[in-house]
Amino acid sequence: MRITTFIAVSIVSGLIGSAALASGGGAEHPKQVPWAFDGVFGKVDQPSVQRGLQVYREVCAACHGLKRVAFRTLTQVGFSEAEVKALASQYQYKDGPNDDGDMFDRPGRPSDKFQAPYANEKAARAANNGAYPPDLSLIIKARPDGANYVYSLLTGYQPAPADAHLGPNQYYNPYFPGGALAMPEPLKADAVQYQDGTKATVDQIARDLVNFLQWAAEPEMQERKAIGLKVMIYLSIFTLLFYIAKKRVWRDIEH
Amino acid sequence: MGATTSEKTAEKTGETRRDFIVLSAAGMAAVGGAAVLWPFVDSMNPSADVLAMASTEVNLSPVAEGQEIKIMWRGKPVFIRHRTAKNIEEAKAVNLAELRHPEADKDRVKDGKEQWLVMLGVCTHLGCVPLGKEAGDFGGWFCPCHGSHYDTSGRIRKGPAPANLLVPPYAFLNDTTIKIG
Amino acid sequence: MALHHKSPYKGWVGWIDERMPIFYAIDKVVGSKHPTPRNLNYFWNFGSLAGLCLVTQILTGLFLAMHYAASTQLAFDSVEHIMRDVNYGWLVRYMHAVGASMFFIVVYIHIFRGLYYGSYKRPREVLWWMGVIILILMMATAFMGYVLPWGQMSFWGATVITNLFSAFPLVGDSIVTLLWGGFSVDNPTLNRFFALHFLLPFVIVGVVVLHILALNAFGSNNPTGIDVKGPQDTIPFHPYYTVKDFFGFGVFFLVFAAFVFYAPNYLGHPDNYIEANPMVTPPHIVPEWYFLPFYAILRAITFDIPFYLIGLPLMGAGVWWMMNRCKVNGGLIVTLGLVLSVLGFVGAAIDSKLAGVLCMFGSLLILLVLPWLDTSAVRSANYRPMYRWFFWLFGVDALILGYAGSKPADWGTIINFSDTLNNHNIPDITVSLVGTAYYFAHFLIIMPLLGKFEKTLPVPESISASVLKKD
Repeated sequence: MRITTFIAVSIVSGLIGSAALASGGGAEHPKQVPWAFDGVFGKVDQPSVQRGLQVYREVCAACHGLKRVAFRTLTQVGFSEAEVKALASQYQYKDGPNDDGDMFDRPGRPSDKFQAPYANEKAARAANNGAYPPDLSLIIKARPDGANYVYSLLTGYQPAPADAHLGPNQYYNPYFPGGALAMPEPLKADAVQYQDGTKATVDQIARDLVNFLQWAAEPEMQERKAIGLKVMIYLSIFTLLFYIAKKRVWRDIEH
Repeated sequence: MGATTSEKTAEKTGETRRDFIVLSAAGMAAVGGAAVLWPFVDSMNPSADVLAMASTEVNLSPVAEGQEIKIMWRGKPVFIRHRTAKNIEEAKAVNLAELRHPEADKDRVKDGKEQWLVMLGVCTHLGCVPLGKEAGDFGGWFCPCHGSHYDTSGRIRKGPAPANLLVPPYAFLNDTTIKIG
Repeated sequence: MALHHKSPYKGWVGWIDERMPIFYAIDKVVGSKHPTPRNLNYFWNFGSLAGLCLVTQILTGLFLAMHYAASTQLAFDSVEHIMRDVNYGWLVRYMHAVGASMFFIVVYIHIFRGLYYGSYKRPREVLWWMGVIILILMMATAFMGYVLPWGQMSFWGATVITNLFSAFPLVGDSIVTLLWGGFSVDNPTLNRFFALHFLLPFVIVGVVVLHILALNAFGSNNPTGIDVKGPQDTIPFHPYYTVKDFFGFGVFFLVFAAFVFYAPNYLGHPDNYIEANPMVTPPHIVPEWYFLPFYAILRAITFDIPFYLIGLPLMGAGVWWMMNRCKVNGGLIVTLGLVLSVLGFVGAAIDSKLAGVLCMFGSLLILLVLPWLDTSAVRSANYRPMYRWFFWLFGVDALILGYAGSKPADWGTIINFSDTLNNHNIPDITVSLVGTAYYFAHFLIIMPLLGKFEKTLPVPESISASVLKKD
């Protein structure tokens, strides 16, 4: 009975697992990259995330929004309040109405969120040959194996094979489901000049951007894993204690 | 009936050991239960976006002497009065010993800007919004709910309110603009 | 005349208990007045675990509802607000999402325990019925709950499943419009799903009370399937099973916490982190894992079912009924079968979509008649070696159906009649179809026959006899 139970449990977990990991439309499996945020002891690599913010602003923000991230949350990754205020005030936001009933522009505040580059989805499509550059706030969670997927996509552009069907404004990338996507290769070496002097290879830029986007999608990750460790230790002791208690309570009973 | 002393002791120590384990296990359960409750309670506290102090900037230039405006800050009304010289004199002349909540007028305004009085428009009794424009017996504000009278410095003079109208944190960005909060 | 009950308790406890016997009731359920078989194994922990899951879901759900906004414009944003801004909001949200999966894992194991040890058999039929009702309510609750975040899977899952009801002839489209409150899944649908999702768990609590009430009529089953014969077979629930249940809670929480803190999105689908878009269907719509077997059954029927396929077996069943039970009722069944068969031969058929829906609901409802389909005199599979094989086969079938449900609709063809034989009248034989046929065969054919033909092992005289023998 024990062995059959064990086999049953493994089959169940295997099936649940494979159902959960259903990958999309024939795309190549993403390259597996070790990340600082992986695993039970995952951490936010703050310098990398800060560089990633720079990459986002200088390379991606022209087309992709980040509308769920408020400027004030950047203090979690090592920016000071003053830096956050300065960054926010670089953007203009519509506010109002004023006492005349008119809307007006005002500089951004830490409580504001990153601005989308286009007013709405239709405007975005109109400016990009009908394709919609998705908002990046949740992109890592919105794709299977998201971090590896984004990294592979950014570093995976290749010359199209002979049998690829590319539309007029499409580019070949084996990591994208279907192989043809509307985003041209966004990264090249030294596309950004890092403020901390790190060499900006394509690989480095992609890693920093993924670290940043991972934080943007899951700002609670580090705290979650830290609390998780304490909870698992507590529960292990709790379970052990109750196991011993059970054994003792049942010791003198025929069962 | 023939249980020996050593058997009895063994039973007893067995029991105490079992009780100790059971007790510590139950204790852990209680501690764990309490610990798990805190995140739920805390989730009812103000969330980060609410806490991100909403501050409001107000342009004072349209407010002429003797006029007052009412603006919203953190969901509550704030009175901003451009006091006349008479208002200020009356406020300074009051003997602090007479006040239920003694506060000097100069402590309720900014240095060099004593013509500007900025206060939360919330009666300290039970929270109604007092009427302004020199209302009540003391030339300041009057709360119609239960009859609290505030003077030209917004201090409670008569009626059930226990404290003066609260002055929120604010600062002058320049001569004509203040930022509250 | 009132029923006066002299309370066995002293002091203020007795004073209250005499006027409102709540302490007596608690004792009857989990305390000294609940003599429980002494030989229960760990599979008997899953009932209390299910209760723990229900409490967890209600608690986390309540705190989520304090911040959630049930409008199509705000829903997705409000969930992100919970995740990012509300203190420990991410924890409450992940506990609720993972908790739903845990609830189903626990309940499925609880059900399989019942199937193995014959807990559904006389006299526990009504206990089993309450359980089936709880399962159906859980599925309705979970389905509506998944719609609330208003992601792509939320929206499209809701669209596909509500569209099912259009399969019903004549009234189908009106039912769907009524469910939607409009012409597609939209704001009215979301709002009412929120109201119902909040309500149903409390209906479940009520049915759980009935479930426990039914349990108390005859007490728990046990691994031998032999009834309790006297106090030598039982031990008080407290402290023996209370301490064992707490140990079970510990193991449960370890698994629960592992998911919540380290893999909170593992059992979910990434597409649900994309806001719902009525213009764009995801390439691959998949329900949550606990619905997969039923989803496979739903999609398995790709062909219209002519009436005679039902009529002929019905005639056969009617003949058996006439021979073994009541001639009159049996005759009626034969007549009905005959009428259906004749209609079938002139072309009447159940359209494939309706057939799929009926099979899916049927796969749940058939559980209700299991106590009568199982004809064995022996309760527990411990003493039914043949049944044991079929039990595991049934489990494997459920897993295969689950896997098939996760695949695209055209997956899993075993025999391709349309291509190989160029015959479009016979449906392709797919994994889902075989799995579905086997599912119903298990209940309708195997269970009744096993009872008649199985050679069972000798059962022990009593629970205490089997317990003592083990030493």
